[in-house]
Amino acid sequence: MEKLLNEFSIGLFFWQTLLFALLLLLLWKFAWKPILNAVNDREDGIKDALAAAENAKKEMQNVTADSEKLLKEARAEREAMLKEAREIKDKMIAESKNQAKVEGDKMIRQAQATIESEKKAAVADIKNQVAELSVDIAEKVIKEQLSNKDKQLKLVDDMLGDIKLN
Amino acid sequence: MRKPFLLKVLLAAVLLLSNSAFANVKEDTSDGPKKDLKTEIKEYISHHLQDSHDFSLFSYTNDAGEHVYVGSPLPVILWDNGLKVFSSSKFHHGETLAEVDGNYYKLYHSKIYKTDAEGTINYDEDHHATNVKPLDFSITKNVVMIIVTGLLMLWLFTSLAKSYAKNNGVPTGMGRFFEPIVLYIRDDIARPNIGEKRYRKYMPFLLTIFFFIWFLNMFGLTPLGINVTGNIAITFSLAIMTFFITNLTGTKDYWMHQFNPLGDSMPWYAKIPLYIILIPIEILGLFIKPFSLLIRLYANMQAGHIVLMSLIGLMFIFKSWLGSPLSFALAFAISLIEILVALLQAYIFTMLSALYFGFASEEHDHEHEEDAELAHS
Repeated sequence: MEKLLNEFSIGLFFWQTLLFALLLLLLWKFAWKPILNAVNDREDGIKDALAAAENAKKEMQNVTADSEKLLKEARAEREAMLKEAREIKDKMIAESKNQAKVEGDKMIRQAQATIESEKKAAVADIKNQVAELSVDIAEKVIKEQLSNKDKQLKLVDDMLGDIKLN
Repeated sequence: MRKPFLLKVLLAAVLLLSNSAFANVKEDTSDGPKKDLKTEIKEYISHHLQDSHDFSLFSYTNDAGEHVYVGSPLPVILWDNGLKVFSSSKFHHGETLAEVDGNYYKLYHSKIYKTDAEGTINYDEDHHATNVKPLDFSITKNVVMIIVTGLLMLWLFTSLAKSYAKNNGVPTGMGRFFEPIVLYIRDDIARPNIGEKRYRKYMPFLLTIFFFIWFLNMFGLTPLGINVTGNIAITFSLAIMTFFITNLTGTKDYWMHQFNPLGDSMPWYAKIPLYIILIPIEILGLFIKPFSLLIRLYANMQAGHIVLMSLIGLMFIFKSWLGSPLSFALAFAISLIEILVALLQAYIFTMLSALYFGFASEEHDHEHEEDAELAHS
């Protein structure tokens, strides 16, 4: 302890304290303050940049979500439109089918009626013609049969015979 | 390219270290035949550990048998009924008296004593000089080294500060090496020990003291024979600054803790007998904390120098092909360890200072602090 006290130099203590205080003040002003500020600024900058990046990421996610939503909506709309179109098509086809059927039926009916009336007319015509032909034939046959007396007489006889029988 | 150069410098430093010691010790034996080698080495070491009034790099004895010192004298500043300033070359390394304004001064065991014209030193029964010691404010070797270190630090860290401005917040050159250390002190010493809110005001002191001690410790490992941080006046000055900063920035909570350590945990009449013991201990603790700082740094650096120089001295005592290389290898290994110790002691001093500042600036809002810490991590 005595040796320690003996070694202690007031002059050295004085200079050390003075110089150290001076060094501390100078470094404080010209070194530590700018250094720590610069480091803090840099760290804040990094923090801000990270936060900005995070925000950008979130925004990107939002945008993606939005666009996905839009896409979904568009798809749904398209689906709906397609469905509607299909329905319209189906309806139109069905309608036109119906109409065609009705029209066809009507035409068929008309045709049938026409055919019927034609047929009737034709049958009537044929009847007339058959009647005329029959009359003609009968005339001719009668003419031929009644061309001589014998035959006329015979006929009369046959007829008379028939009447007797009746 | 850089590494081999550094290696060469290191090698040269080691060689110079052994050389200068060699020159001194060996020549001294021829000079003083009455002293044996061991005493010579012991004296050389104890001389080296002390501050000196001139900056001598090494000394040798020339052919004419004269001691030649290589180095430069330093100014001596004395307060002895008025300021006396003269060059230390007047002492001729203690061999002659310095006569200034009719007063005679003698350099005896690195201390300046006022003597009569014959230079008589009076002793008491314990062989201690009883002459008057004038107040000595000389620019000694240690003061020179403090100034050199201060200038080095100013240059290093102002250029680091400037490099931020020039380079958009990115350090260049040396700053790349020192910036992580600055950040380490901030993030791993100041912040955890002092707390997120208050660490800023202590940062300049912590940074200055760390680099100051570290650089001076490192200078102590050079062969220039510098032992600044191993000087009790220096460590006392550093510790007393920590002491003053601790107690001047102490909060109400800190003083409450000093004088009312048990708080409201028990009634006042129960506290009285306890406090008769506790308060003196707490007050003693105030002084023991910085005292431990000053002794720790002093003892570590002093011991490192003694061990290193003793091992180098052993080389000359052994003088054999086995012993000398062995002690050289040991000295080399210890030098490497001393490099670590230089850093470690600076770290410990800074760390403990931060810890004491933390105690002093503590406000009892631990939850807040924990929140801040959580937010930080």
